[in-house]
Amino acid sequence: MTDEVDSANPTRRRFMAGAAGLAAAGVASTAQADPKNLPPNVAGWSKTLGDGVAVRPYGHPSKFEKDVIRRDVQWLTASRESSVSFTPLHELDGIITPNGLCFERHHSGIAEVDPNDYRLIIHGLVDKPLIFTLEDIKRLPRVNRIYFLECAANSGMEWRGAQLNGCQYTHGMIHTVQYTGVPLKLLLEQAGVKSNGKWLLVEGGDASGLDRSLPLSKALDDCLVAYRQNGEMLRPEQGYPVRLVVPGWQGNIWIKWLRRIEVGDKRWYTREETAKYTDLMENGKARKFTFVMDAKSVITSPSPQMPVKRKGFQVISGLAWSGRGKIKRVDVSLDGGRNWRTARIDGPVLDKCCVRFYAEAEWNGEPWLLQSRAMDDTGYVQPSKDDLRKIRGVNSIYHNNGIQTWALKSSGEVENVEVG
Amino acid sequence: MSKSVSLIIASLLLASPALAQEKKATPRNYGIGQVATPAQIAGWDIDVRPDGAGAPPGKGSVKDGEKIYLEKCAACHGEFGESAGRWPQLAQGKGTLASHDPVKTVGSYFPYLSSVFDYVRRAMPFGDAQSLSNDELYAVVAFVLNLNDIVDDKFVLSRETWSQVKMPNENGFYDDDREKAEKAFWNSKPCMKDCRPPVRITGHAAVIDVTPDDKTPRTGGVE
Repeated sequence: MTDEVDSANPTRRRFMAGAAGLAAAGVASTAQADPKNLPPNVAGWSKTLGDGVAVRPYGHPSKFEKDVIRRDVQWLTASRESSVSFTPLHELDGIITPNGLCFERHHSGIAEVDPNDYRLIIHGLVDKPLIFTLEDIKRLPRVNRIYFLECAANSGMEWRGAQLNGCQYTHGMIHTVQYTGVPLKLLLEQAGVKSNGKWLLVEGGDASGLDRSLPLSKALDDCLVAYRQNGEMLRPEQGYPVRLVVPGWQGNIWIKWLRRIEVGDKRWYTREETAKYTDLMENGKARKFTFVMDAKSVITSPSPQMPVKRKGFQVISGLAWSGRGKIKRVDVSLDGGRNWRTARIDGPVLDKCCVRFYAEAEWNGEPWLLQSRAMDDTGYVQPSKDDLRKIRGVNSIYHNNGIQTWALKSSGEVENVEVG
Repeated sequence: MSKSVSLIIASLLLASPALAQEKKATPRNYGIGQVATPAQIAGWDIDVRPDGAGAPPGKGSVKDGEKIYLEKCAACHGEFGESAGRWPQLAQGKGTLASHDPVKTVGSYFPYLSSVFDYVRRAMPFGDAQSLSNDELYAVVAFVLNLNDIVDDKFVLSRETWSQVKMPNENGFYDDDREKAEKAFWNSKPCMKDCRPPVRITGHAAVIDVTPDDKTPRTGGVE
């Protein structure tokens, strides 16, 4: 999103309970079970044959999970070809995002690249300009790395106050998958970067030809030219057959449908790193090349699309990540940030990757103001939204990593709120 | 073995890994990938830098650009660059960057001519990318500059006149300074107890609820 964001004039909509309406109807309400499937009765699926093997040659989620999908916000952008859809974070657990649920951000729609016609050119300040086929890239030594990818504009609609009711919309421009690919360093070594090479122009092969300047130091550090996500080939929405992986840095520079890398001696100042993806401060000046995504977290459940259905024991669950390193600790507050308790991180803790955290508590219908606060191994602590605004004002669109507050009401409904 | 000799040996042993690191290992050449020919590169090498490096031959006038703009651009960007609907506004917005409602346009925000030119060359017209001839490209960019009062009506844009274009907001940007300006966010001991006075809710998303209603039929993706 970010382009064409119409945050000043949101369409006013009637209060739509949606998923939250379940809770509004009553704390204990759950979907009705059919008694004929419950003990002592024996359900139909226990008596009859189901689909055989290969009836579903590429498996899909259960038909009962049909609401676990990417969603977009129509008023945000002028067209779906230059727009964003959001990962349903509230429906997921662990750290890996299923491939079909990874948020999308396209600038000119999804390029459908024939892998036989895929080419990557590396040229500019190199000893030997090279052109690679997909088969060439797959023949080279490869590595597997799990990283988060977050759009710089994630939470960008929330600078002026709580706006979207659901962590899918407030925080869903992030996904985490395992990439398989070739270190960019290795590819550059094949061409031989000249000593005056300092910056790379990385360019996509879609109809936006998205181009960005990438410092050579980052390219040689940990960038990948990736062709697989979670084991299978990249999805078209994620740049099939080849995308750039730039760990910890804003998603815009993770060029999809990567077609060209030019080595140069200075920055290009393309539209995507000047008119867009620069952070306008209150004094009218803008920060440029703010590549790193700072530490951030969000409680994914409970959240507005995931209301509380029963009183008693609750597992509070969320995600935390940092583009500067590993997540060291996550704290959770139930009273809007007055008092904090340290959450339990479960699962892998990796460099520039999401972690899953849990906090457990009893709830008896009292109002909660739920917050989470991430810390990384550089000592950075996720700031409050007000602390961020004190420095940046409210015009910067990008890099909103402020602490999110969810208000849990006695009905079990959860709402996106601002606190002061 | 004397004590001094063994010390020398020990120090040599310690030093050897460091020496090995200093000697830059020659990267392995896998013999994979073909040499890219100048013609192959030329077909794809369309980037342009602020100093004009990469700008193609050709030229275009504001006058010629107006015709192309009205035909191919105005439907989305408006006849005067004012924007039609929610498509990006290209003109006006001067003096708004420090206001509550900043309007970022070619004239008010873009720092370099190349930032516009490179983008139009690769991505515009939306849905018909890389369809403009070099002369058309120069002309339409010249017209957009003219809409922003950056060049006069008689201006002809080309490699030769490139450096005459001065963008008003060239000095409006500074490098990422978060590690200095936001140093306070590095805090090894964040407060855990009684960190602030009692908290009150100051704003609700529900009040200006814009959460998409998934059941609303779409009236069409493009506006």
